[in-house]
Amino acid sequence: MIEASNLDKFYGKFQALKNINFSVAQGERVVICGPSGSGKSTLIRCFNGLENHNAGKLVVDGIEVYEGSRDIRKLRQEVGMVFQQFNLFPHLTVLENLTIGPIRVRKKSQQEAEANARTYLERVHIPEQADKYPSQLSGGQQQRVAIARSLCMETRIMLFDEPTSALDPEMINEVLEVMVDLAEGGGMTMVCVTHEMGFARKVADKMVFMDEGEIIETAPPERFFTAPETERCQEFLQQILVH
Amino acid sequence: MIIMSAYNGAQAMGYNWQWYRVPKYFYTLTDEGFQWGEIAIGIVKTIEISSLAFLLAVLLGITVALLRLSTLLVGRALAIGFLEIVRNTPLLVLLYLFYYVLGPIFDLDRYAASVLCLGVYHGAMVSEIFRAGINAVPTGQWEGAESIGMSTPQVYRFIILPQSVRFMLPPLTGEAVNMIKSSAIVSVVAVAELTTIGRNIISDTYMSFEIWFTIAVVYLVVTLILSIGISFVERRYAVS
Ligand SMILES: Nc1ncnc2c1ncn2[C@@H]1O[C@H](COP(=O)(O)OP(=O)(O)OP(=O)(O)O)[C@@H](O)[C@H]1O
Ligand SMILES: [Mg+2]
Repeated sequence: MIEASNLDKFYGKFQALKNINFSVAQGERVVICGPSGSGKSTLIRCFNGLENHNAGKLVVDGIEVYEGSRDIRKLRQEVGMVFQQFNLFPHLTVLENLTIGPIRVRKKSQQEAEANARTYLERVHIPEQADKYPSQLSGGQQQRVAIARSLCMETRIMLFDEPTSALDPEMINEVLEVMVDLAEGGGMTMVCVTHEMGFARKVADKMVFMDEGEIIETAPPERFFTAPETERCQEFLQQILVH
Repeated sequence: MIIMSAYNGAQAMGYNWQWYRVPKYFYTLTDEGFQWGEIAIGIVKTIEISSLAFLLAVLLGITVALLRLSTLLVGRALAIGFLEIVRNTPLLVLLYLFYYVLGPIFDLDRYAASVLCLGVYHGAMVSEIFRAGINAVPTGQWEGAESIGMSTPQVYRFIILPQSVRFMLPPLTGEAVNMIKSSAIVSVVAVAELTTIGRNIISDTYMSFEIWFTIAVVYLVVTLILSIGISFVERRYAVS
């Protein structure tokens, strides 16, 4: 589903991604972790064209991604994204947040979009909040709305960029629960940047560790957590698991 | 205070106050019935010119702001060129340009030239207001909207502009008030609006004090009504 070869990304002179080779198979669930500033967000944002790589080749769901590509909107209809800061539309109700994409982009009828939206709201356990505005919800609820918004587009791939790190601790679990549910529902290809190692253990098919713009280690979770090969990865895991 | 001392000064000059002659320039009631006076007609004309010019300014403002924010190099260059030229030309000179230069070339009458000139001048200001309002919406909104596949026009229409309205309304009100005030300048090319009519009345009657006072108050009242009206609209958009 995602095939990246030799990706480089520069911000001015600063190289944020260095020769990234990475692939995700259909239905695979990948968790990316690594220290702050290691380029995790940059990489995952390349996958739906929010950032453009400068060198190398990136193919997502059969569509080649490059700067100025005309297929980028087609791509985004197949790749959903959930952000750290939710990025809900504050001037629209929860229901409108969920239906605006299906109606305007997918050209569905209002009834169909609303019925669909309510199903997904149920799936993220907040059917009763449909008519509220995002600002009236807790952080955890907002993030679940954001997940539902992505689900409503019925994409084949979902990207998560630290979906729980802006949340108060007591709300993290309700969001993770929903994500585990999604992962175990099957069929969905997921790429998730997170430091929630409990979640990673539970759902990941593959762990990826990044540092300083490079992929340092790729391993199945059993091996990743018990016997990481590189020293940097061991250090990172120690730090994070102590917390 | 100023009014009082001006009044006293006028008395000292032996000015012959004739306030009783002013009302008939607003309206007259004769055997033939009710008739609007010249000042009333002037108010309507001023509002008409300002409204048309404001409409033009808003259309132009949106276009220039979007060009300025676009990824098109040519678009950005055009927008910046337009802004710099308009902002660095005195309004009076711009009016002469439109009336004496562009007027004959494009066959514009004094009215059209004036409306265009005001529209262009304030269009530059309005475009900066739009740009600031659009930029005030966090970039996360763009990312959220683009990640569900919206096109740039859709993002503007459904996500960005509805949220920037509340940032834009207060300065736009100010600009509308400025428009009404600066519309007075078209009297130099003798377009029949409030100020021109005031001047004409004075040259007929020599009542310069009364008429200029009256005209000033009329502008004040019109702009106040506008500000108050829009502050009601603003309250509706104030919910964040
Ligand atoms: N728009 C930008 N302009 C310049 N530099 C940037 C930009 N975005 C990111 N960077 C830099 O690129 C590097 C990688 O950033 P990125 O956001 O991908 O890190 P991250 O791994 O997601 O970190 P975090 O865990 O803090 O979210 C950082 O050093 C950051 O300073
Ligand atoms: Mg990040």
